[in-house]
Amino acid sequence: MPLEEPYIELDNVSFSYDDTPVIENLTFTVRKGEYLGIIGPNGGGKTTLIKVILGLLHQTEGRVVLFGKDRHDFKEKHRIGYVPQRVTQTDKEFPATVFEVVKTGRIARLGFFERFTKKDIDAVERAMEISGVAKYRDTLVGNLSGGERQRVFIARALASEPDVLILDEPTVGVDIGAQKTFYDFLSSLNRDQHLTIIFISHDVDAVSQETKTVLCLNHNLVCHGLPHDLLNEHVLERLYGKHSKLLTHKDTPN
Amino acid sequence: MLEIFQYDFMIRAFEAGIAIGIVAPLIGMFLVVRRYSLMADTLAHVSFAGVAIGLFLKINPIFSAIGLSVLASFGIESLRNSRRIFGESVLALFLSGSLAIAVIILSLAKGFNANLFSYLFGSISTVSTADLLVIIVLAIVVFLDVMFLYKELFFTSFDPELAEASGLPVKAINLMTVMLAAVAVAISIRIVGVLLIGALIVIPVISAMQYGRGFRFTLILSVIFSLTSVILGLFASYYLDLASGGAIVVVALIIFLFSLALVKRS
Repeated sequence: MPLEEPYIELDNVSFSYDDTPVIENLTFTVRKGEYLGIIGPNGGGKTTLIKVILGLLHQTEGRVVLFGKDRHDFKEKHRIGYVPQRVTQTDKEFPATVFEVVKTGRIARLGFFERFTKKDIDAVERAMEISGVAKYRDTLVGNLSGGERQRVFIARALASEPDVLILDEPTVGVDIGAQKTFYDFLSSLNRDQHLTIIFISHDVDAVSQETKTVLCLNHNLVCHGLPHDLLNEHVLERLYGKHSKLLTHKDTPN
Repeated sequence: MLEIFQYDFMIRAFEAGIAIGIVAPLIGMFLVVRRYSLMADTLAHVSFAGVAIGLFLKINPIFSAIGLSVLASFGIESLRNSRRIFGESVLALFLSGSLAIAVIILSLAKGFNANLFSYLFGSISTVSTADLLVIIVLAIVVFLDVMFLYKELFFTSFDPELAEASGLPVKAINLMTVMLAAVAVAISIRIVGVLLIGALIVIPVISAMQYGRGFRFTLILSVIFSLTSVILGLFASYYLDLASGGAIVVVALIIFLFSLALVKRS
């Protein structure tokens, strides 16, 4: 079977804060249609990796290629939708409605001084509908629960009609019951909307259950491949240290 | 016609007041939601140093105030971006530093007089035709900037990191916001005064925020509150012989307390 088109390619990418290396010599490719989970210990460089891909941080070595273009020349920012980690803790006092926030997802497609067109508003309405937040259209984002706010930020990312959706720890601050629904929602986006998804999680079990491929990061690339082949105790030990054991959610007491 | 409008100076005060009343909360909104309310006060004190320089050099103080506060906005943003000093401390540095400079220049110029009082607390009788022209032209510039760059200003205020990931030049937009604030503050000094302009920029916005509505609605409401404060304040200033800045800010405070009580009851 021919390989799908490469969307994100990293070639020997490293990033250091001052002289402390955070990620080192990462080489991997994310292709169209993938559903990739990134796991690794805290401080292992997961968020840094995402920020390097997005251009919020600049790699100290190596090359990032997005949709076939070097990241420095990549202008179609709307092709990557990003849901940052802290959305459940966003400023609750900020006076913005769900509609106003989701609309910012279209800005990457518009130039300065350009106004939102009917096409933009339609895309915003559709993104709110898919994410299940259309009923909160005129509600202030600060008045929503963590899980609802999470969906607003996903709607915001979807409004740009991206090819890739990147989520950083999407279930932090979302209660366990809502997490299952949330993972089903992500799977449906991957399956039905043909969206390529990358999500960072500390929840190894969720990644192994939900994603098609997994990437393990602890400064270096520890593993990259199919979850069932990789998530054994040997790999976990390299990621999280000795005495790591993989428990499924079924094993954990409620 | 009301007696108040028989005087040219009152008409000029109203024209300048309305221009300021629209522009102050437009900028104030973006400062307040960024937790940057102190910026208005800082720029007001910088403008005061500018006024002192104007009085010393015998040039129109409104020009030197605008020049110095726009210059300071560059300094504030570059120090903040350097991350060597906390953002809030940068504001404290510029606020007290420029007040010190103002006081020294005024001592040298022997400028402590009634004229100075009008710059501190605002005065309706001091707006000249030249001042009015500058105020209106610059108010239009600030207004158009906010209208045309509304979506960019909103996005960078709401989430600077996401805005950057979407390709917006966040640092440039931040600098522009502070420069627009510098202009808005400097042109407001004649009517509202150095010590009270911060209040006109912040109070109508926090009053409007009490109603718990979206950004655009809150912005429009804050302009309505600000214009009401300016117009009623100018009337009070004329008929009760009060410093205009004080009268305007007291009306803004009454609107704030009313909004607070109204929202609490509902």
